[in-house]
Amino acid sequence: MLGYLLKRLIQMTLVLWIVSVIVFLMMSFTGDPVFMVVPIDASDAEIAQARRLLGLDDSLLVQYWKFLTSLVQGDFGQSYVFRQPAMTLILERLPATVELVLVAMVLAIAVAIPLGVYAGANPQGRISRVIMAGSLLGISLPGFWVGMVLIYLFAVNWGMFPSSGRGDTAEILGLRLSVLTWDGWHHVVLPAITLSLATMAIILRITRAGMMEVGRQDFMKFARAKGATRRDVLYRHGLKNALIPVVTIFGLQLGDLIAFATITETIFSWPGMGKLLIDSIYRADRPVIVVYLMLVALIFVVINFLVDVIYTLIDPRIRLK
Amino acid sequence: MVTGFPETEFFHNYRRSASAIIGSALMVLFAVAVLAGPFLVAQNPYDIASLNLMDSYKPPMWLAGGDPQFPLGTDGQGRDVWASVLYGARISLFIGVVAMLASCTIGTLLGLIAGFHGGLADAVIMRIADIQLSFPSILIALFLMSAVGTGIDKVLIALTAVGWVVYARTVRGSTLSEIEKEYVQAAKVAGLPNHKIIRKHVLPNVLTPLIVIATIQVGTFVLIEASLSFLGVGVPITQPSLGLLIKNGFDVLFSGLWWTSVFPGLAIMMLVFGINLFGDFLRDELNPRLK
Repeated sequence: MLGYLLKRLIQMTLVLWIVSVIVFLMMSFTGDPVFMVVPIDASDAEIAQARRLLGLDDSLLVQYWKFLTSLVQGDFGQSYVFRQPAMTLILERLPATVELVLVAMVLAIAVAIPLGVYAGANPQGRISRVIMAGSLLGISLPGFWVGMVLIYLFAVNWGMFPSSGRGDTAEILGLRLSVLTWDGWHHVVLPAITLSLATMAIILRITRAGMMEVGRQDFMKFARAKGATRRDVLYRHGLKNALIPVVTIFGLQLGDLIAFATITETIFSWPGMGKLLIDSIYRADRPVIVVYLMLVALIFVVINFLVDVIYTLIDPRIRLK
Repeated sequence: MVTGFPETEFFHNYRRSASAIIGSALMVLFAVAVLAGPFLVAQNPYDIASLNLMDSYKPPMWLAGGDPQFPLGTDGQGRDVWASVLYGARISLFIGVVAMLASCTIGTLLGLIAGFHGGLADAVIMRIADIQLSFPSILIALFLMSAVGTGIDKVLIALTAVGWVVYARTVRGSTLSEIEKEYVQAAKVAGLPNHKIIRKHVLPNVLTPLIVIATIQVGTFVLIEASLSFLGVGVPITQPSLGLLIKNGFDVLFSGLWWTSVFPGLAIMMLVFGINLFGDFLRDELNPRLK
């Protein structure tokens, strides 16, 4: 187990290093950041000096070395736009994104698992067919468009929900969260539904497939034969064993939610790090883009690792190698 | 039974599957719309001369103030939404199909190399694939687009860069199991050169699973492209895809002008839903293991 953890830790570091190289190269070959910091009417001498200050005169290798050493020290430089440390900017907005992603995930699971179990247990039923067609539709919908339609109906037309922002937040353990206030919940509903649809559809389909697979197993027949209630058979015996593929997909979906949160946040003006990323892309605010990418890479690598560990915990047949 | 189809199991199942029929009908509908688009509408939405500002923001024809000349209404420049959707679908579908073909070609090639040669090439290709798969495609594409700027060609490159992986992995897997088989061993003993073994023996046997992946990928690519264009880092405004039409419509949504964004979205939904329905059917047919 310890050997496995060590091996994974080395792998994770390696992946992050490769990501840092790719991010650095892409950033170096596109555009000249010097024009982001000097005034429009700067003289050649001023541009040259700014270039020297930014370290753009050095060779690519030297530049990368500086880039890497400051990354490791957690120093990502100043945002060209906000004139604040890029890291601080991202971290300020991280709770809003995490909050939105988690609410969407909980919503997706709460809807998808019962429907998936039902559709898996009654594969030929009419309701199951409707559920499955609905889930396929959920995968086929552009998420941002759903968000717009929701805004049009619930915010513009009926005025039931606000169309943008986080609403009131309350602070707990130093984190400002919307889900702690009524007004915050009011704001989180539409973006969370928008974000959760695709994930809901995918978890539903995996749960159904898992239930159908499990339904053929002898232990399910045995559970039925010994007189367990239908609910017990499905949830205690069936779902528990059908969950293994769901857990694997869960990790991937968490990553997808973080990625798609950039779009959802943009539509609903949700002040998370995804919206900051899109704004920074428009303004070519390189340091902020780099922090976002490295942070998200770190999050993904950790999620993948946790999924693998959880996988072995819930399925003792798989042993860590 | 009298039908135009040869009575194979595939067509037999096809005729009994509602989702396959609906899915392929939607796909045919879009194929026709894309090919015949310019002949179906009087207005060329890119020809400024054919636009009249007097016609701007007309609602769909069944609403008060609608004009039968513009069945789905008009946008702020007096552009027919129906015409924009037809032209936009051309761009969306073109990007989806071309990026799929490029991904499939490059991915299959790399998968064959990795599976057939093994060793260093295999290790490098598969590690890149692993790393890439641990990040959502949309994020990689977004990052690439933010670095290279907008343009149809750039969207194609970004989509291909995220799309090849799934083919490479699949092809590598099936190649590894094919080259163990006796007929490949026999071909080797018979002294056939490697490229001939790959082309004549391995390739035809690893292609079937790719059909399903390729079908569904077109839908995925249409969605990713729409998201990129919606965010403003996809196609340029001179060549609006369905996603960019939605973005343009979003700007006037709060004034209650819903039709400029709702109809392009419905078009994406129908197209991708059709592809997914048909793709699901293909998966069940071509992959009996999953039945």
